Amino acid sequence: MDKASRIPADRGLYEARREHDSCGIGAVANINGVASHDILKLANRILLNLQHRGAAGSDESTGDGAGMLLRIPHVFFSAEASGAGMALGPEGAYGVAMVFEPPDETIRARGEQLLAKAAAHYGIQLLGWREVPRDNSVLGELARASEPSIRQAFLDGCGLTGDELERRLYMARKRAESQLRRQLGADADEFYVASMSCRTVCYKGMFLAPQLFGYYPDLADPRMVSSLALVHQRYSTNTFPSWRLAQPLRFVAHNGEINSISGNAGRMRARQSRLESPLLGEDLSDLLPVITPGASDSAQFDNVLELLVMGGRTLPHAVMMMIPEAFGPSYHISTDKRAFYEYHAAIMEPWDGPAAMVFTDGRLIGGTLDRNGLRPARYLVTTDGMVVLASEAGVIDLPPERVRQKGRLQPGKMFLVDTSEGRALLDNEVKAQVARSRPYRRWLAQNRIELQGLFAPAQAKTPDKGHLLRQMQAFGYTKEHLERLLIPMAVNSQEPVGSMGNDEPLAVLSDRPKLLFEYFKQVFAQVTSPPIDPLREGLVMSLMSFVGKRRNLLAETPAHCRQLKLPHPVLASEDVERLRLARREDYKVASIDAVFDARGDDPERALREGVDRLVDRSRQAIRQGASLLIISDRQVSSESAPIPSLLATAAVHNALLRDGQRGEAGLLIETGEAREVMHFCLLCGYGANAISPYLAMDVLSFLHGDGQIPQEISPAQVIDNYITAIKKGLLKTMSKMGISTLRSYRSAHLFEAIGLCREVVDGYFTGTSSRIQGAGLSTIAAEVIDRHGHAWDRPHDRNQWIDFGGQYSYRLDGENHLWNPQTVCLLQQAARSEDQQAYDEFARNVNDQSRKLYTLRGLFDFVGGHPISIDQVEPAWQIVKRFYTGAMSHGSISKEAHETLAAAMNRLGAASNTGEGGEDPRRYRPQSNGDSLNCAIKQVASGRFGVTIEYLANSRMLQIKMAQGAKPGEGGQLPGHKVTEEIARLRHCSPGVSLISPPPHHDIYSIEDLAQLIYDLKCANPGVMVSVKLVAEVGVGTIAAGVAKGNADEVLISGHDGGTGASPLSSIKHAGIPWELGLAETQQTLVMNGLRDRILVQVDGQIKTGRDVVVGALLGAERFGFGTAALVTLGCVLVRKCHHGTCPVGIATQNPELRKRFVGRPEHLCRYMMFVAEEVRRIMAALGFAKFDDMVGRSDRLQVRDAVEHWKAKGVDLSAVFSKPDSDEGKKAIRCVTGQAARHQDHLDWQIMEAVAPAIENGRRMRIELPIRNVHRAVGTILSNRIVQAHGPGGLGEGALEIAFTGTAGQSFGAFLCPGVTLRLVGDANDYLGKGLSGGRIVVQTPSGSPFAAHENIIAGNTLLYGATGGEAFVNGVAGERFAVRNSGAMAVVEGVGDHGCEYMTGGAVVVIGQTGRNFAAGMSGGISYVLDEHQLFDTLCNLDMVDLENVHQADDVDFLHRMIAAHVRWTGSSQAERILQRWRDMVGRFVKVMPIDYRRVLERMRDNEFRLTDYAPATEEVFSG
Amino acid sequence: MANPSGFIDYARQEVGHRPVAERIRDHGQVDTPLERSALVKQAARCMDCGIPYCHGVGCPLANRIPEFNDLVYRDRWRDACEVLHSTNNFPELTGRICPAPCEASCTLSINDDPVLIEHIELQIAERGFEEGWIVPQPAVARTGRKVAIVGSGPAGLAAAQQLARCGHDVVVFEKDSRIGGLLRYGIPDFKLPKCVLDRRLAQMVREGVEFQIDVHIGSDISAKYLTRRFDAICLAIGAGQPRDLPVPGRGLDNVHFAMDFLCRQNRINSGEVSSGEDRISATDKVVVVIGGGDTGSDCVGTAVRQCAAEVHQLELLPEPPEGANPQTPWPQWPRILRTSSSHEEGCKRRWSVMTTRLIGTGPRVSELHATEVRWNLESDGPQMQQIPGSEFAMKADMVILAMGFEHVVHTGIVDQFGLAIDERGNIDVDADWQSSREGVFAAGDSATGASLVVRAIDSGRRVAESIDRWLD
Repeated sequence: MDKASRIPADRGLYEARREHDSCGIGAVANINGVASHDILKLANRILLNLQHRGAAGSDESTGDGAGMLLRIPHVFFSAEASGAGMALGPEGAYGVAMVFEPPDETIRARGEQLLAKAAAHYGIQLLGWREVPRDNSVLGELARASEPSIRQAFLDGCGLTGDELERRLYMARKRAESQLRRQLGADADEFYVASMSCRTVCYKGMFLAPQLFGYYPDLADPRMVSSLALVHQRYSTNTFPSWRLAQPLRFVAHNGEINSISGNAGRMRARQSRLESPLLGEDLSDLLPVITPGASDSAQFDNVLELLVMGGRTLPHAVMMMIPEAFGPSYHISTDKRAFYEYHAAIMEPWDGPAAMVFTDGRLIGGTLDRNGLRPARYLVTTDGMVVLASEAGVIDLPPERVRQKGRLQPGKMFLVDTSEGRALLDNEVKAQVARSRPYRRWLAQNRIELQGLFAPAQAKTPDKGHLLRQMQAFGYTKEHLERLLIPMAVNSQEPVGSMGNDEPLAVLSDRPKLLFEYFKQVFAQVTSPPIDPLREGLVMSLMSFVGKRRNLLAETPAHCRQLKLPHPVLASEDVERLRLARREDYKVASIDAVFDARGDDPERALREGVDRLVDRSRQAIRQGASLLIISDRQVSSESAPIPSLLATAAVHNALLRDGQRGEAGLLIETGEAREVMHFCLLCGYGANAISPYLAMDVLSFLHGDGQIPQEISPAQVIDNYITAIKKGLLKTMSKMGISTLRSYRSAHLFEAIGLCREVVDGYFTGTSSRIQGAGLSTIAAEVIDRHGHAWDRPHDRNQWIDFGGQYSYRLDGENHLWNPQTVCLLQQAARSEDQQAYDEFARNVNDQSRKLYTLRGLFDFVGGHPISIDQVEPAWQIVKRFYTGAMSHGSISKEAHETLAAAMNRLGAASNTGEGGEDPRRYRPQSNGDSLNCAIKQVASGRFGVTIEYLANSRMLQIKMAQGAKPGEGGQLPGHKVTEEIARLRHCSPGVSLISPPPHHDIYSIEDLAQLIYDLKCANPGVMVSVKLVAEVGVGTIAAGVAKGNADEVLISGHDGGTGASPLSSIKHAGIPWELGLAETQQTLVMNGLRDRILVQVDGQIKTGRDVVVGALLGAERFGFGTAALVTLGCVLVRKCHHGTCPVGIATQNPELRKRFVGRPEHLCRYMMFVAEEVRRIMAALGFAKFDDMVGRSDRLQVRDAVEHWKAKGVDLSAVFSKPDSDEGKKAIRCVTGQAARHQDHLDWQIMEAVAPAIENGRRMRIELPIRNVHRAVGTILSNRIVQAHGPGGLGEGALEIAFTGTAGQSFGAFLCPGVTLRLVGDANDYLGKGLSGGRIVVQTPSGSPFAAHENIIAGNTLLYGATGGEAFVNGVAGERFAVRNSGAMAVVEGVGDHGCEYMTGGAVVVIGQTGRNFAAGMSGGISYVLDEHQLFDTLCNLDMVDLENVHQADDVDFLHRMIAAHVRWTGSSQAERILQRWRDMVGRFVKVMPIDYRRVLERMRDNEFRLTDYAPATEEVFSG
Repeated sequence: MANPSGFIDYARQEVGHRPVAERIRDHGQVDTPLERSALVKQAARCMDCGIPYCHGVGCPLANRIPEFNDLVYRDRWRDACEVLHSTNNFPELTGRICPAPCEASCTLSINDDPVLIEHIELQIAERGFEEGWIVPQPAVARTGRKVAIVGSGPAGLAAAQQLARCGHDVVVFEKDSRIGGLLRYGIPDFKLPKCVLDRRLAQMVREGVEFQIDVHIGSDISAKYLTRRFDAICLAIGAGQPRDLPVPGRGLDNVHFAMDFLCRQNRINSGEVSSGEDRISATDKVVVVIGGGDTGSDCVGTAVRQCAAEVHQLELLPEPPEGANPQTPWPQWPRILRTSSSHEEGCKRRWSVMTTRLIGTGPRVSELHATEVRWNLESDGPQMQQIPGSEFAMKADMVILAMGFEHVVHTGIVDQFGLAIDERGNIDVDADWQSSREGVFAAGDSATGASLVVRAIDSGRRVAESIDRWLD
């Protein structure tokens, strides 16, 4: 264990580097640089008011960290120093180091000594040390146990001041750090210099917010003055005490996460060898490594930012390089700024991921948001020159008249205060200054190299069929690849879609030779960072990159951008020819063959030699000055086999990285192997700059020539479409990880290897997790040679068929599948005829994998115990209560199937899950036959369809779906033609309108947001259990720990193989990992953190038998989900056509004719569940467990099955899976025993309900008034629950209850507010106002005394009215990003909105009487909005993919708009609205109506059919057309 | 699969038959093929299931049914023909005479009419011949290894073709004067015109298969001789031992085994023998066929064509239910009432009937006595029980025994090789189809017991694979 941080070393499946954190941030400054103690007090206030954004550890009193970075208080330190007998020079002539030291004397002494020597080396004198006064009685137990000793060093500049001194201090610190590390190894980390500067000093530690000032008496000292301060409150996914992970860091405090960190860090390493800076001196070796090993993502960012600033760039310049805003064609930005960003794209990639950063160097202080703007940041400037910037509004109470200006940081924007100049600068001004500091535009124009500019070669010729066939065999092509992947891509320009789960073996368990690609699984963002929607929010994304020689990071010259600019990384064969033939002195191109001897006796050796040769030749080419290496396997022949392209790429990339040569040249991979999206992602992810998939393109040309691709598509178009499909897939895969640019994604290796041995991973895929070992180079070589032999050595094969494959559909001679004719038929026989023998046979088929391997658990064996009689084992009816059916929406499956699942599970006392799609309220009442059709678990997913207060109130458990096994990190879409009248009713939208579920929950961009949603849901139904559904991936354990700290009652770990109604094939196959790994990691991490006692764990993913259940229990699960198996008992035969809606057994369809074919009965499913439970009992008896609970977490009762002789699987090592976490001698629970503490006692609604009891009880009209603060969250939600419980979904009568607030409302104000309640707020509001609004009314008014105009005032945060189903909102000011996202019924008037307004909206109406941001109406399929377009430029801001813009001229439109605006005046007194009404005849013409195309069609159809439609009739004949 | 809703849009269209009155006057093919345009719609009904049960459990050859259906739908007949031949040597045969377990296990059979798989298969093959796509595929290189195949039924022919294409020298020995075994002599022309067979044999000859007719291995040529001359031997001699009816009167004239009856008619049709010669004729007779299977049905059709006075068919088992049978759930082969084209031509069927004796007038049979039986489901399977008092007698001028086959004929070659016999009387083979004697393999009915032509082809292909591996 690392003693300073107490973060355990990697153990079992836990990996320390997977930790995440997220937080609240704030900054305060006096614009004029006037220092005062008040600044500190204000900063402290911010911290206290952001406390709900932080988290506590397992002991509830240890915080995850808090701290403050401030300007050096000269008077204070002078006095303190002289008290200790040291004389400090004038302000700015000395530095202060804040150091955390370990208890170990020798390390301390060594550290202090080295620091002094390093300072001396740079001409600085360490004057002495001051013991920082501390009061550790305020600390929590865990924090105290790991408390360092904290000392300050005073360092005399010896005549140096300002920047010069700051640089020397930096160099000295880096020198001390690196020497210490050299001498002490990992122990060096315990001597941690939190800050060492002549300008700033950092006070921080393992605190809850209120502990900061208590712990450091310094901070309360009135001499402690500063003109600025940054604060940070941390929420981490673990409970391991770590003082140095607290923030602020030396320059920044960060809220969010850097998803591309490993790529950034790798590239930073590559740049190190070329660093030169006259400012920093001749010898820069002290700087290395620039990035402190083992540092958090934020700290690594801070390291690089610090380097850039010390190297001479200004702080805003450095921040703009590292977090550039999007500058794609959809952005109207200045030419110079665009050039700045493009120029820097050739130097540094974005550090990508959600980020709100506040930063300071002691003079400048500012904040910025990344291009996606997914973290909130609000600021205000007071009339007396104070600036406050924080994650939330209202963190400091100020009377309205003191607020001069309010605002929010918009995506990609910066806000800066220059305290030396006494000015607050807005984005444009700061950036224009930086962008014009050099002639970037001219440099680019003169140096950038573009493909079109190169010599054009003759058309590359296509090879003959025989050769093509051989190549296809050598590269493992199957017919499925052609028919299911390539042709659809070439025809539709996108990846094909499939359905149901993946049930083929892992690559390492498969009997067939697999491509190396298949040993990898994509990781994806969940909870701690949001995925992006690459379709609707694609404007922020980019595939552009520069390829070539990288130069000194600390300089700026025109040559820096003398590189090849590629708009995307997929090159056609001609492009490659063009590059080969180009003869440019300043851009040399070298081709290197990536093949090995196919005829050697020892394929492993041959492959190894081939790779070594490849690497040597690459080095040589670079020595000869190549700027681009083309790594090619075109030379494959009967003598030469291809080196797997991924291995070739990674080997060259890694070797060059180690040599410090990686920046010298770009890598272009020319390969016959790459064909599907995953392959391109992997190649990019492991270092390729560009890829030319020549064989895939040749094959497509051949297929076109053969007439297998429609001839309407031209041959060129075929290739174009294919490339487009790959591009889209790349964007989609990047977006799953929350990464916006390929530049950041490249070589970030965002994958996990499953079944590759350590030697291969460490040698070539350094930094990738591979936790079960497995195949080595010999297997990889054997697989290549097997394919190669297939191509060249098959004697009798006359037809030269390529294999069918059988990965996507079952084939007798294809890949094995767990769902096969035998298992399906046996299970149906068992369930229908209550046939025990058939069930046993089924279970044997699934469980016994001694001959055919499918799953990791197939390799497991139980460790025997003392068998007991089966009569002693707890009864089956008790065990089945732990069983759940998977989340399948009514919409993905038919009403009949959905209700049958519910009835069966309710009969058993188990639980079914609504899935994302609402539920018919009629099902909340018992049926006449006694069955209940009410799903016990109601899902809350990103689309929030049908999530009303009534829905929430009628649940036993609420499940937040963060990800889905078949497509983690992706959204979904129910095409309009599948949205029947019935489904539309349940989802509160119009039939025929497409319904889009966005990839992220727009109210969960980080872990503290999830905690907020859990809080909201528990308000909507006090006492309900909340479950969070995650998908297994490396690091899921740490996320589960964060979820546990966020107050969830259950975490569900889904395997990668879960089913789906529709998902891109590459997601079904390549994202996520088996649940065995995810579950074991979760269990280990929760136990290590002491969090397992409070949270239940559920597991699902192709669970079929009692043995599966027992394995799950031993690995740590209490509950179990069944998806596909449940459907099979009801008639599913795995036709896998769910995505077409043509299910021939009436399950995955809405077609009434097909639905009649459904024959499933609740008793079928009940029988199956009982069979499983009985099988569980038999195993329990054999293992000697009487109680199910006793099995949970007993991984010591699992072992590897003897005699696994499989040629690949024999290398698998499962010890990490079975590793039992340290439970601290049993003090830490290994299953849920206590549950979560209630956290709603201080909710404002209790107070409100007491006051309005008469209104709730007998509906009397009432009005009350209350003050409100930002810590009051989800106000009105518990109240709504109580009203709906008492009065039903209709709530109270119109206008029955009005509650008026003054102040700043906390997050989720009025969430799920029910009818009859009006919340009136005078002041402002934070994020998520009106979330899930269910019929209530919310009014937000700008206070009357404010000095600014309401329609320019930021009055509410981001993501308002998310998933609202009804009600009204009148917002007398400007709201943030994503206003009315996925609204399906609320009516709203607002005076201005940020980016992505009305995104994914499906119903309701929104009137914007002011400015809008970009990307308005993206994904909007229903509802109407009206926007005041005074400048006639709205169409440039609106995303026109799914909507048309119309004039408002029809009488009913005009009337409606007038009515809405008049209501706005009535409710808010808006002067802007009044102005509009006064000049109505002029103004009405300036409104545009945003009309979704889908919706217009539906309305027209509804008008035509008005009299024909009944409640259950299909909306139109088109609905079922396929 | 280009049309996901094809099965909703189009109904199954059955293959037509020539009118009864017309077809019973000749021995020509009964079926009338569908138009190609209709076939495209029928192919569109295939859903390309994630688990294609037709391929995975239905078809013994694991024909790539979803693939060829799709190709037909997309008008890529030549590719379809190639796909079809990749698993099936003789689709023109199975397309005509297979009971089509694929259709029984088609996903649509759960609750709808299955895809018209068998007929699509036939049409692909027919078009292949028509267009000249089916050409000899001689081996690129000869191996010089010699393989003898005994018997030219479907198993022997499939094995021969596969082995010849591997480059081995293959000699097929046939005891009759024409090649085809059961295919040629056991199946009536109205179901399988023999020109269909000749067309395929011509291809095989050009692929290098040598046919030796009128050679009865075991009597004309000894086992020892074969072993000396050949590197491997494959017995595909069928399950020639018919199941007999051990009742009093069995020895009377005009009581024949079905095969003798059918074979005689086939030889007449082909001109091998003249109609006057030694004919087993049903003309003007009351014919009773004992046995309710497909062979029985063939006998019915043949008897009708010979202008029998009456045709009766008796079956020991109970009458199966119409439509669906819960005892044999999908995708199993359903035991349901089937009415063949021969039944349509005039025949009275009775079930649960056990023949007890035959009575003759002089040497010739004239009356059949039988009793009704009841089947009770006992713990060890269904048990038969005679129903007292249900005895009856019926007129019978001719009795045809179509009660199946017991096993391979043990005398002759099997004895000469001294091959082990399994408990069901078949040649005992291992997983590689090798008999108890090294280098002697067995395939088809002789190894598996009497079964479908499609299984025989499958067995022939597998034995060929084993022999090829063994020779390597």
